[in-house]
Amino acid sequence: MPQVTGEEGRAVAAAGGRPQTLDDRRFVSRALDSDIYHSFKSSKVVMLAALVSLLFIVAAAFAPWIAPHDPFDLATLSLLDSLNPPAWVEGSNPSYLLGTDDQGRDLLSGILYGARISLAVGFASVILAAGIGITLGLIAGYVGGTFDSVIMRIADVQLTFPAILIALLIDGVVHGLYPNVTRNDSAFWVLVLSIGLSFWVQYARTVRGSTLVERNKEYVQAARVIGVHPIVIMTRHILPNVMGPVLVIATINLALAIITEATLSFLGVGIPSTQPSLGTLIRIGQDFLFSGEWWITIFPGVALAALVLAVNLVGDWLRDALNPKLR
Amino acid sequence: MSLLEIKGLTVEFPTRRETFTAVMDVDLDVQRGEIHGLVGESGAGKSTIGNAVMGLLEPPGRIAAGTIEIDGRRVEALPPEEMRKVRGKKVSMIFQDPLSSLNPLYSIEQQLVETIREHNALSEREAKKFAIDLLDQVGIPKPAERISQYPHQFSGGMRQRVVIALALCSNPDLVIADEPTTALDVSIQAQILNLIRRLCTDRNVGVILVTHDMGVIAETTDRVAVMYRGRIVERGPTRKVLGNPDHEYTKSLVAAVPRPDIKLLRFPMVSYIEGPGRDFEAIDLSSHWLGQGRRDRTRDRHENLVELKGLRMEFLMRRSLLPRNRIYFPAVDNVSLPIREGEIFGLVGESGSGKSTIARLIAGLYTPTAGEILFDGTNIARLGPGRQRRPFQRQMQMIFQDPYSSLNPRMRVADIVAEPIRHHELASSGAERQRIVEDLLEHVGLGREAARKYPHEFSGGQRQRISIARALATRPRFLICDEPTSALDVSIQAQILNLLKDLQEELKLTLLFISHDLPVMRQMCHRIGVMQNGQLCEVKETEDLFENPEHPHTRDLIRLMPRLDYLSTEGLAIDRAEAARTGRV
Amino acid sequence: MAVFILRRLAQSVLVMLTVSLIAFAMFRYIGDPVNQMVGVDTTPEQRAALREALGLNDSVYVQFVRFVWNALHFDFGISYQFKQPVGELILSRLPATLELSIASAIFALVIGIPMGVYTGINRDAWLSKLFLTVSLVGISLPTFLIGILLIFIFAVNLRLLPSFGRGDVIDLGFWRTGLLTASGLKALILPAITLGLFQMTLIMRLVRSEMLEVLRTDYIKFARARGLSERAINFGHALKNTLIPVITVTGLQLGAIIAFAIITETVFQWPGMGLLFLQAVQNVDIPIMAAYLMLIAFLFVVINLTVDILYTVVDPRVRIGGSAT
Repeated sequence: MPQVTGEEGRAVAAAGGRPQTLDDRRFVSRALDSDIYHSFKSSKVVMLAALVSLLFIVAAAFAPWIAPHDPFDLATLSLLDSLNPPAWVEGSNPSYLLGTDDQGRDLLSGILYGARISLAVGFASVILAAGIGITLGLIAGYVGGTFDSVIMRIADVQLTFPAILIALLIDGVVHGLYPNVTRNDSAFWVLVLSIGLSFWVQYARTVRGSTLVERNKEYVQAARVIGVHPIVIMTRHILPNVMGPVLVIATINLALAIITEATLSFLGVGIPSTQPSLGTLIRIGQDFLFSGEWWITIFPGVALAALVLAVNLVGDWLRDALNPKLR
Repeated sequence: MSLLEIKGLTVEFPTRRETFTAVMDVDLDVQRGEIHGLVGESGAGKSTIGNAVMGLLEPPGRIAAGTIEIDGRRVEALPPEEMRKVRGKKVSMIFQDPLSSLNPLYSIEQQLVETIREHNALSEREAKKFAIDLLDQVGIPKPAERISQYPHQFSGGMRQRVVIALALCSNPDLVIADEPTTALDVSIQAQILNLIRRLCTDRNVGVILVTHDMGVIAETTDRVAVMYRGRIVERGPTRKVLGNPDHEYTKSLVAAVPRPDIKLLRFPMVSYIEGPGRDFEAIDLSSHWLGQGRRDRTRDRHENLVELKGLRMEFLMRRSLLPRNRIYFPAVDNVSLPIREGEIFGLVGESGSGKSTIARLIAGLYTPTAGEILFDGTNIARLGPGRQRRPFQRQMQMIFQDPYSSLNPRMRVADIVAEPIRHHELASSGAERQRIVEDLLEHVGLGREAARKYPHEFSGGQRQRISIARALATRPRFLICDEPTSALDVSIQAQILNLLKDLQEELKLTLLFISHDLPVMRQMCHRIGVMQNGQLCEVKETEDLFENPEHPHTRDLIRLMPRLDYLSTEGLAIDRAEAARTGRV
Repeated sequence: MAVFILRRLAQSVLVMLTVSLIAFAMFRYIGDPVNQMVGVDTTPEQRAALREALGLNDSVYVQFVRFVWNALHFDFGISYQFKQPVGELILSRLPATLELSIASAIFALVIGIPMGVYTGINRDAWLSKLFLTVSLVGISLPTFLIGILLIFIFAVNLRLLPSFGRGDVIDLGFWRTGLLTASGLKALILPAITLGLFQMTLIMRLVRSEMLEVLRTDYIKFARARGLSERAINFGHALKNTLIPVITVTGLQLGAIIAFAIITETVFQWPGMGLLFLQAVQNVDIPIMAAYLMLIAFLFVVINLTVDILYTVVDPRVRIGGSAT
């Protein structure tokens, strides 16, 4: 019956990747037999997407060792090498596979280093947003009352403003408050802060909603009757039961955070052009689009789109797989 | 010719791993003007038959074999559009939950007129007249006014009447009612069943009544088919099947039904259903861990372990900044009652009568608006969740209704049962704790290997046993059971009730037993309090309450109990003393 | 119902006050307004006089009330970078942004809702799968990248449509519109698609999932059991119930369109408010940032109120309260 498969799905999600001891061998075999794993295996697109995501993460992590050139080493840069087309186009320099930009930086290396920054900003801001959102949502949902009203009122107001606008405002405010901080040093953390603070609402609302449901379930009441401390109830009983949707949001948010970072960098308020992220590379290249040097924009653009698409596909699949109602 | 003739029906649900056969080789016929019951426990496949007849099987379900004839016409293989016409004209269906069966965004009139015009060549105005007439027939007062209202403006019982009116729009010959009264209170349930009965006779339609409730079957149906794991095991006139069953399963099922009229010593063990159940093994309290709490009990015992004095609980119904605009709803209204040490005290009432609120007040989940809760002489009503409440938390535990939500799905059974022991520091070491947990699981009939599993690996009845083990893990004196068996099948219910009874006697527990089911109460409780609208109507010794009810509400409730006196009494352990006293056998 | 609308109105006022407070805090405490407005050769006496003239020596409460009062009269002070009144600057840029936003909102709704309904009903049709795949790509491509790609294809390679600006505009006195000239309309196409594509995919996916959700409910099953036609079930019963969440999210998305216009306006050098705001962020031009924040908040509040009123039209449970009998 369909219900059974739903329960198993939840059970697998429940165990949430902490394999230990004897029982977990049973868990692993059960996981391999589960519907989640099956739906993963049966969808070639999802497997490909997961592979692409993984490749990006590995390539970004090991960029300094993989990249053919060091785009930040000013000593090796030469304007003579600037605006080289990709290797298969006439008039190219074969040592630059995807060509070079206006400063003579190798595009392939630029993309690898750029993805490194994009992913780092993405992960850091997702962790920040999830941390704030989960904590506030859990407390708001469990404790309720004034704290809940205040937090949710703030969330409502913030939700009416798109994340990109919040991020822009925070960015503007930070630079207004600390005009002397050079953009190079602070850019990364300003971005993480801007994006993180603009995404917490979704986690808070979701966690609060699930917490309200879980709080009224009888296992929580049973814990209260026993006399378990509220903090223990929240962390030990409720938190593991609300992590499913959080995982889905986090995955989809990673894609969104990468897009937001790229957008901010594209708008010129993100990562500066001395250490370009993917968005910065696209912005640099946009000026050259009309003069025929299309590769400077197109290759980073394709890389960005592929990365975001892959992460989105995984997130989308995860959402459907964890939602027993949709099967 | 039969109205409905089903032969050799088999319904399958193919899944990735295996094909699940929900209905297997079923024969069934329904005549005009009769109510044919389909009874069975959850998962028996009774609803699937109804859906198959309607052509509304949820994918991937499919009819694998057999024929379905309505009025001599084969329908099981009709194309969807043809089947849709049959659905309107010939067969109709009533669902369990009247709250979700109606589209909230359309008025009753819109939904009725739409359906009527789909099946009859009538003008808008004629259709409305027809609709008002239908509402009148199903017993909705002032139908001409109410027809323009929306579903949310109707109460549950009235909504179910509207649902029935909608099902009658096309003058169907056959109505399939799938648990039509399960979501309703007893008093409403009786009205709806009467309505179905009357419509069946007046309009000469055939009705298939799908239910798990033996009382409904016994009171309403002409013939009945008993289902077990996809098969019909026994079929015939209702009086014959329930009064003198042939099949072993039917015998077990009938035996497990709580009787309103006779007091049993124990519920019979239903061996057919969950295999040979473990016998309850008594333990030596002087040496067993569960007995240790007994010794540290104080000497100055009060006769009443729990006493409620003028208890009142109000819930805020409408928020407002101005205090005078706030509306409060008194869920518990000035309730005073004593619960004696060592007795099973029952609280009965319909939904919203405040009985569960009392349980939660005593357990400290709510703080009362006014009044006192004395536990062993101490007022615990306003202790708050802090340190002072702790000794009382150890002494009272609670068992909840829903076995699926009362255990944390992310925790192992061992951790679930160990949590109270750990919290109240009742074990000196981890090893001792583990030993106690395994002992407890053994004692509630699960076996020690259950400790390592997760809750989802257990059935509803087994989960309820885990809940009981967790409640016992603080060595409590007082156990609150809030509808502990109302989510369970009747055979499992019998086992759980037996277990509770055994434990109560063995450990000399005091129980507050809350239920809406009077027959269950009669078997379980020493004394019973009846509640209505937050107030306590009366408190009496159980047998006295059933024989001489005083309060009008109590009389209503007892009058509405299903009459099961012709049911087979084979294999029942009847309390002869009680039977002799009340003059019944 | 009146109570419901009134309560929402009160909440809106509260939201506006909160946002004003944030805007005021930005305006007052980020950087020194006086330093931003004067040159280096201004004497301390002149600075003090200016400070007094601007009312910066008054108590914070007085300043806040004055700030709100001025904002109500569309007076947001003088831009640091342009040395012009912010209100005038914004008013001159507002038409461009609104025309772009409304055009892309219509595009997103007119295409997105039918696609969502189709994919919701025909869950396994190949066209549904195609729509879903395309929508996933649409969600994954950042707005600016879509813009650049469209420019690359339609402006650089095919030379069909302009790549920047609004084309010819006609001044109606209070409103400079690009909708009345051929070049203005041509210039609108690419930016409107760029801006609307993301919202379109979002609306499509939302309508689809709501449709799937509603089609699983008991009342749909009961409607089937009564023999109603598929058409009546899908478009009468299901679609109307789908509308409630769709209205909410669509309202939010319309707001988002105005904000996302910042990106589109940058890519297409569209002379609207977004471009103005971006320049303000880059140059820390606080008065413009504060004014833009309040304006956007006001637009959102108006949209949300409209959504609430639409609710009462669609949902009888909101329109007619009252208890069950």
